[in-house]
Amino acid sequence: MSGRRFTWFNGLALGLGLAFLYVPLALVVAYSFNGSRLVAVWGGFSTRWYGSLLANAPLKEAAWTSFRIAVLSSALATVLGTAAAYALVRFGRFRSRTLFTGMLYAPMVMPEVVTGLSLLLLFVALGLERGFWTVTIAHTTLTLAFVTVVVQARLTDLDRSLEDAAADLGAPPVRAFQTVTLPLVAPAVGAGFLLAFTLSFDDLVLASFTSGPGATTLPMLIYSSVRLGVTPEINAASTLMIGLVVCLLGAAAALSRLRGRQKGAP
Amino acid sequence: MSTAASPRRESRWFVLGPPFLWLALFFLAPFAIVLKISLSEQATAQPPYRPLLPWSLDPESWRAFVQALGTENYRTLLADDLYWGAAISSLSLAAVSTMLLLLLGYPVALAMARAAPGWRPILVALVIVTFWTSLLLRVYAWMAILGPEGFLNRALLALGAIAEPLQILNTNAAVLLGIVYAYLPFMILPLYASLERQDAALLDAASDLGASPVRAFWSVTVPLSKPGIVAGLLLCFIPIVGEFIVPDLLGGSETLMLGRTLWSEFFSNRDWPLASAVAVVMTVLLVGPIVAYRNAELRRLEPRG
Repeated sequence: MSGRRFTWFNGLALGLGLAFLYVPLALVVAYSFNGSRLVAVWGGFSTRWYGSLLANAPLKEAAWTSFRIAVLSSALATVLGTAAAYALVRFGRFRSRTLFTGMLYAPMVMPEVVTGLSLLLLFVALGLERGFWTVTIAHTTLTLAFVTVVVQARLTDLDRSLEDAAADLGAPPVRAFQTVTLPLVAPAVGAGFLLAFTLSFDDLVLASFTSGPGATTLPMLIYSSVRLGVTPEINAASTLMIGLVVCLLGAAAALSRLRGRQKGAP
Repeated sequence: MSTAASPRRESRWFVLGPPFLWLALFFLAPFAIVLKISLSEQATAQPPYRPLLPWSLDPESWRAFVQALGTENYRTLLADDLYWGAAISSLSLAAVSTMLLLLLGYPVALAMARAAPGWRPILVALVIVTFWTSLLLRVYAWMAILGPEGFLNRALLALGAIAEPLQILNTNAAVLLGIVYAYLPFMILPLYASLERQDAALLDAASDLGASPVRAFWSVTVPLSKPGIVAGLLLCFIPIVGEFIVPDLLGGSETLMLGRTLWSEFFSNRDWPLASAVAVVMTVLLVGPIVAYRNAELRRLEPRG
């Protein structure tokens, strides 16, 4: 095993890399409990900024809007993304596959300003009123592919013979999917849902383009106050959002572990 | 091999149809509209451009529509140094930061792959948390560090290293730092995925054959991690070219980037046709990398080919 030792250089790289990733976030979290209004001066421990968040009605309203958009768009993305994954894994080389995979993977890397602008122009051309529903559609389009990737990886690993056995026993394809395939991929579907939720809840650019009056999301509100400068109140809001991401990812990881146990079962 | 479970042709469309139509309507069709509006002109109307698509089959209205289209916006883009500057600095900043990301990300990913197996899931989880944390919040964190009253300036002042606060926020250096910070997890995770899969026996074989650890690294580890390198480079380069949040919050007035140009043409100048032309130019610049990214994803997810 001489070739794969963990050297001091590895340790240094890991330590510096993680410090670089975490020190800025740690400062935001720590200074959300700062008693002073000054950005970088510690004025004693205090939870006053969380108190003022609770009293901030526009912020609570925006958080509720973001939450509803995230739930709806990730539910839609989960249904569509799972169907896409099933088609990619089970249907072989269908005719429009090249176009389909292109449309599926492009939104994952496409600069968000381009996706946002093009969706907005579509909504205007269709005469749709911009607001809650247009942001939901935009987020579904963005997050669909992330669900597909997670579910596709699981479906590819899946033992095909289980579905074949169900079919041999006379189950129609829909029934075989419901009773055999879906329960086996359910943890991946759940993880995909949580990832889609996180992406939607965090998104600023697509929401800014496709939203309208009365549908301000939490990142849009944070962005407009961040432009004016750093405040302890935003630190507190950021800390709560980071906490939410950690919880959602923890749940997604727990779901993946569930999958490991099923795999080991006879 | 047509087993009984293979869905029949007609029923396939019940599965494939919804996501296919969704993406065609909400991802592909909008590009046709962007292209069309980039050939239109700005107007003080609602919506603020002309001509509008005729909602009829009357040939006369379609002829008038096509005649009203023009390449004016592209000529504006080509004639103005501002847009050339934005395009060049977007591409060069993306290239420089992607290379920096590879240099910084590779040692970290390698260290994660070499860590004890029990530690690896924890290390991956630590990187994934930052991957999914809002970009807005992570950029905001740097505003608090780099600002004139921020942590960095206060620390340097306290140490006596500087006499007055440095102007770091709102410079191009801050944008580069912010982009490297924001995209580091996007580089580390694909690199780790390919490094972790490597067979340790290959390195043992290299050292048995007399290769030094450095030689073994360059002739075994690096070539085998090429899929991870390609995925990481594309996953960073493409979105960085159109990045908006980082240059907007950390950059200054001299920071020109395509994403920010598009945003201000759209939101500040309300020039939708010109913003659309910028979007078309950006898409054309990125088509090659995006196709390469799709192919890399397909190889990764469909190893059977």
